[in-house]
Amino acid sequence: MLSNLDSLMHGFSVALTAYHIMLIVGGVLLGILVGVLPGLGAPNGVTLLLPLTFTMDPVSAIILLTSLYWGALFGGSTTSILFNIPGEPSSVATTFDGYPLARQGRATEALTYAFLSAGFGALVGIIVITLLSTAVASFALRFGPPEYFAVYLLAFSSFIAFGGGTPLKTIIALALGFGFGMMGTDTVSGAMRLTFDVPDLIRGISFLVVVIGLFGLGELLLTIEEGPEFKGANGRIDPREILRTAARMPRYWAAMLRGSAVGVWMGITPGGPTAASFMSYGIARRVSRNGANFGKGEPEGVIAPETADHSAGTAAMLPMLSLGIPGSATSAVMLGGLMIWGLNPGPMLFVEQHDFVWGMIASMYLGNVIGVVLALATVPLFAAMLSVSFAIIGPIIVTVCLVGAYTVANAGFDLWLAVLFGVMGYMMKKLDYPLAPMVLAMVIGDKAEDAFRQSMLLSNGSVTILWSNWLVGTLTSIALLFLLWPVVAMLLGRRRASRAAMAAARQGEAV
Amino acid sequence: MKVMSRAALAAGLTLSASLPAMAQATWQPTRPVEFVVTSGAGGGTDVFARTVQAAIAKHDLLPVSVVVTNKGGGSGVEGYVYGRGAQGDPNKVIFGTNNAWTLPMAVRTNWQVQDLTPVATMAFDEFMLWVKQDSPYRSAADLINAAREKPGSVRIGGSQTRDTDQTLVALIQRAAGVRFTYIPYRGGGEAGVQLAGGHIDANTNNPSESIGGWRGSQVRPVCVFRREPLPAGDRVTETQAWSDIPTCASQGLPVDEYRMPRTIFLPPGAPAAAQAFWTDLFRRVSETPEWKDYVQRTSQSARFLAGDEMRAMIREEERATREIFVAEGWTSN
Repeated sequence: MLSNLDSLMHGFSVALTAYHIMLIVGGVLLGILVGVLPGLGAPNGVTLLLPLTFTMDPVSAIILLTSLYWGALFGGSTTSILFNIPGEPSSVATTFDGYPLARQGRATEALTYAFLSAGFGALVGIIVITLLSTAVASFALRFGPPEYFAVYLLAFSSFIAFGGGTPLKTIIALALGFGFGMMGTDTVSGAMRLTFDVPDLIRGISFLVVVIGLFGLGELLLTIEEGPEFKGANGRIDPREILRTAARMPRYWAAMLRGSAVGVWMGITPGGPTAASFMSYGIARRVSRNGANFGKGEPEGVIAPETADHSAGTAAMLPMLSLGIPGSATSAVMLGGLMIWGLNPGPMLFVEQHDFVWGMIASMYLGNVIGVVLALATVPLFAAMLSVSFAIIGPIIVTVCLVGAYTVANAGFDLWLAVLFGVMGYMMKKLDYPLAPMVLAMVIGDKAEDAFRQSMLLSNGSVTILWSNWLVGTLTSIALLFLLWPVVAMLLGRRRASRAAMAAARQGEAV
Repeated sequence: MKVMSRAALAAGLTLSASLPAMAQATWQPTRPVEFVVTSGAGGGTDVFARTVQAAIAKHDLLPVSVVVTNKGGGSGVEGYVYGRGAQGDPNKVIFGTNNAWTLPMAVRTNWQVQDLTPVATMAFDEFMLWVKQDSPYRSAADLINAAREKPGSVRIGGSQTRDTDQTLVALIQRAAGVRFTYIPYRGGGEAGVQLAGGHIDANTNNPSESIGGWRGSQVRPVCVFRREPLPAGDRVTETQAWSDIPTCASQGLPVDEYRMPRTIFLPPGAPAAAQAFWTDLFRRVSETPEWKDYVQRTSQSARFLAGDEMRAMIREEERATREIFVAEGWTSN
């Protein structure tokens, strides 16, 4: 552990040059920009910058790309909060409470909470990487298909089971999400599923396009119907509000620590940042004292997913470097970059490429601190956008949404999909169907399915493989417990209620 | 108006096309060209195309800029469907592997490899049989014997379904008369990590997909699917180089040779002049130090094929693969 600290100091000596600081600032700024624009997320941003890095030194190249990634993670929360349009898949969960806060005129507050907790989560993730790099890498190797499945199941059940809403409507939303998620090529059988011989459906339905439609366009339709005024308009913008919010942050220490723990866990076991943010939100809603306020503009509902998102994003760099496991779409692109720069991800990278690995880890500290500062600096600017009249901002949102939907795969077809999902999002909201379970089912549905079917291939069709060792056994059991929680709680509640009724009746008799 | 302007444009095009017709190879791209990659960002084909892009940029081989787009949906079907739709467009260059002819066998598609305009094959990626570092299997024969004793008990992982890895596993099964359990993962990298974690018994990764794991003493190569061992080079681990790995045939695994070509195509009906231009360009790329470095680092075999040679290679490979697909019942048409 101490030798890791030595290495980190060495890393800072690599990262702390004027050139690298310039790359970090430039990368973070660009990242915030691509993060803010829905569709043009971190993976696209990193892909666009990749050719630029061919002529660079590998350590400078990775510093630039990772800084862009941090920036995009920060920027992705901005539109989630202001307009209910997640800029990144991993900031979907931020909309649940961030957007209601903005509508109450507390946009500055919500953005500040988001950025500060994100920065906190990122730091926790990096500290874990710094101190535990070796142990964590060998732990990640224990994850085979059954363990993957159990992790997805756990993320899934901790979000679903602790949610509110009508069970039947939740189940319908889930089923729709699984259905949309399975379109395209199936990894295990290689067959095309639900493509109806439409060439554009071969690549499946992009989760980003769905989110842009459901949240962005769907919300816009609702706003138009309810009267063309943006309720956040009366929010006053006071830069001092940022400081006041920052002073309130320590109050939420429990939520931040919990979110970071969930995030680090999901970053190392390759559940990914998106699943981490959903899981953290679900657990926070259950555990928090303010749980009943979730969904109505509760600061903790912003803090929980944001800390988890960023700690997962940073922690996922470790399995990427030491094992070559891409934890997210963005790190998959970076892995490709590594190969082009002439590096092979693997355990030896830490031994042989000392400058590269530790220079990058040191730059993660710098990048995230710079990221928080730059992101906070944009708050007044972005919050001011809410006071622009809807007649101007509305069309801009439509344009941004559609451009974003097009950018995902450069396909005109996706524009129609986005519009279609916009109408669907509007109808689902009108009929009171929850959107979040559908989105979550799309995100982890097909990965969970692959993992389950791989497990079944390994075990010759026996489900007992999900309890074949302590790790997977514990994960599966906890996941099932969470999943059955509503039923258990209902039974307990009924007994308590009947006991209370009996007591009341007895009291009545006594009187 | 519109019709007229279109007609005028067409006239202009034929004019400009016929003017330099005397020298066929003088076609040159005049606007940004697109490299269509039939894999996701970070995949093997992506690294291939981007290495070519980097070499072009470094040596200023093209007067226009290059945009790389990833169209890896449906194991690469998306990229070919896109290329097929760009009929006759010489500014779209499709990067792939043997998936150009294996995909149309496995799934219903709207193209056949004969429709595409072949430009070049730049290298062949090798396949090896890998086991975990502390695996009891010392040679390919050990693995085969284990599978013979208990059919289906040996689990081999690979990238995707009905793709190169599973085809190779099917070849081994047929040649040795045994049965393995094949586990499809999303990519070779994942199959490598799963092997290192001991979740599968073996995989058939390309050298570049597992070099990190080999150097880190997580996995080790048992044999290479090649007629001769790989050419001598630097040591990869403390004690061994790629050339120290024996051929599979010498270990009692009767699959002499198996490899994956890295191919480049133009859309159907692209002009011959453009085809010649691109073939010539990629030939020059194959001579750059960047390309040689890439081929060496990823332990591929550099071999440049174009024109009739490439067509013959495709015909032969397609015939051999179809045989396996038919025998395994994988064909969809």
